[in-house]
Amino acid sequence: MAEPRKSGEAVDATPNVTEVDVVDAGSESASVAAIEAPVERGEPILQVRNLVKHFPLTQGILFKRQVGAVKAVDGISFDLYQGETLGIVGESGCGKSTVAKLLMMLETATAGEVFFKGQDITKLSGRALKAVRRNIQMVFQDPYTSLNPRMTVGDIIGETFDIHPDSAPKGERRRKVQELLDVVGLNPEYINRYPHQFSGGQRQRIGIARGLALNPEIIICDEPVSALDVSVQAQVINLMEKLQDEFNLSYIFIAHDLSIVRHISDRVGVMYLGKMAEIGTDTQIYDHPTHPYTQALLSAVPVPDPDAREGRERIILSGDVPSPANPPSGCRFRTRCWKAQDRCATDVPLLAIPERFKGSDSQAAHESACHFAEEKDVVHAA
Amino acid sequence: MLLEVRDLQVEFHTREGVARAVNGVTYSVAAGETLAVLGESGSGKSVTAQAIMGILDSPPGRISGGEVLFKGRDLLRLKEDQRRRIRGAEMAMIFQDALSSLNPVLTVGNQLGEMFIVHRGMNRGRARSEAVGLMDRVRIPAAKERVDDYPHQFSGGMRQRIMIAMALALEPDLIIADEPTTALDVTVQAQVMDLLAELRRELDMGLILITHDLGVVADVADRIAVMYAGRIVESAPVHDIYRAPAHPYTRGLLESIPRLDQKGRELYAIKGLPPNLLRIPPGCAFNPRCPMAQDICRTEVPPLFDAGEGRRSACFFWKETRDG
Repeated sequence: MAEPRKSGEAVDATPNVTEVDVVDAGSESASVAAIEAPVERGEPILQVRNLVKHFPLTQGILFKRQVGAVKAVDGISFDLYQGETLGIVGESGCGKSTVAKLLMMLETATAGEVFFKGQDITKLSGRALKAVRRNIQMVFQDPYTSLNPRMTVGDIIGETFDIHPDSAPKGERRRKVQELLDVVGLNPEYINRYPHQFSGGQRQRIGIARGLALNPEIIICDEPVSALDVSVQAQVINLMEKLQDEFNLSYIFIAHDLSIVRHISDRVGVMYLGKMAEIGTDTQIYDHPTHPYTQALLSAVPVPDPDAREGRERIILSGDVPSPANPPSGCRFRTRCWKAQDRCATDVPLLAIPERFKGSDSQAAHESACHFAEEKDVVHAA
Repeated sequence: MLLEVRDLQVEFHTREGVARAVNGVTYSVAAGETLAVLGESGSGKSVTAQAIMGILDSPPGRISGGEVLFKGRDLLRLKEDQRRRIRGAEMAMIFQDALSSLNPVLTVGNQLGEMFIVHRGMNRGRARSEAVGLMDRVRIPAAKERVDDYPHQFSGGMRQRIMIAMALALEPDLIIADEPTTALDVTVQAQVMDLLAELRRELDMGLILITHDLGVVADVADRIAVMYAGRIVESAPVHDIYRAPAHPYTRGLLESIPRLDQKGRELYAIKGLPPNLLRIPPGCAFNPRCPMAQDICRTEVPPLFDAGEGRRSACFFWKETRDG
């Protein structure tokens, strides 16, 4: 079903649409062509720029007026490269799940852009949006509530083909679903079973099969293993790594378990109160953190090694995370930070390579949003 | 010994049949000791705790055998009113989900004070000031102003502190903490575990910490008991178990968790799923998932072998597992 294009959109189709550089909002078919073009490994496939999501707080019943806003995501930027896994960590309420919803276009961004292969997907609609959606899929946290209990596994996975009918001819859909079940390590004969007949780990495999059905390029995983038992977690993580190699997927892996994120990620971003505090490769973040929040977060994670009990330094933060409806001025972490100075209350620290590490080839030279960034290893025992 | 659980059996009568949630659990806790009970969901770790506390839902649950010796008395033989006097005063429990364990329509001061009114016969005024003292003790800022607040007005970490305060109110000798920090963020978890460990030291209490988090266990426990399908499969001092596990299940668990301090390769995954408690496999319950299983494991239930140095393992091949 082709929707009429809005009259406001300019029709200046860029000739070289395969370029990853930002393409102007062209005609719908040009957009679709750009979206379907391949991206080289190591090139950015998704570029997020100053993404903002404010949820309005209203008062009154008849005459609603806005009295404030929950600043769930307040200007974050990052790139996702083709074939890599970007981990996003942070405590509850830091906005990491809202980021996932924004990238999926399940929420409308208040401001900012998300470029998928050069196309700003926040401005797309109709056929082009559908083409993007097909390429960015999601695996949800709770395998118990994210599968419809009244649908069979075949219907749950097959529904994606009904929504995108050109992805598989009608007669082949059942066979494709069975193939997908096989790929995620489930018996293809289970196609007529209902979700309640499966264990938690198996259900998460069904969720992954559904995410894979349309052959997407990006899968956003929001806490995909946190509801699973330890022995089952490893099975699902290994499966996800295998699938990434097999289908050349890029993952955004959102989780609060820092050990799992380190295991699966190539790069890691640390979020605090709607902002990105620090971002870098897994070695840079875990072995050479420079932002005090990252250091506190890492030092709080218990390491499964009783011999390391005494040797590790623990940074115990005082107080709780402030409300995102009324975040602190300047640096958002300053109210709990042991390094905070007057400057932190007035100047918002930018996410950039700190001045003192610029040009250095040390692992500490990565983006960190702190005025007093300083390297400190908190993970390894002294 | 402060608490000795001997051969405890608990079953649940369901429509599909009898689920044997606890099949002969034996463990003990000394005064001042922290015992971690480790296990996945359905392993029976929480049901054991409920049986010790005497708060098992029955029906459908039923204690079908065993003894729970607390300071030498078998709790299972006591009458309900005698048990009620022990609960709270001599042993107390901290639950996982503070929000649903606290009464939403009563102030926290009211709920904390109730302990003193019921057990110590204090009047409301005294109970209230005791409540403020308790909130100070678990380091809730501005306790005096917040004593009349309701549970929803506190953050998750603060609510869990209130749960701890309630458990500590009458200075019991034994605390059972059932996944006390599972619902909390890591930075808050660190605060709460620190507080719990400090208060335990101060009051020289025994602590049973029920958890599935191998990191938390390594941080605070003296000894560990690992449960699988309603049985203890291994128990040992904390350092030994991490260095050289003597049961294939423990070993599989330790190898299946990713590490924060090093980038590992592919994770070891224990194959298969935990058993359905209605149909526990014959022999060793772990045998269908075990890489070392032999014929004997499929027919005979392994006893808890004495593996020396205070260690026990319910595996016929504990020596091979420990040394290999």
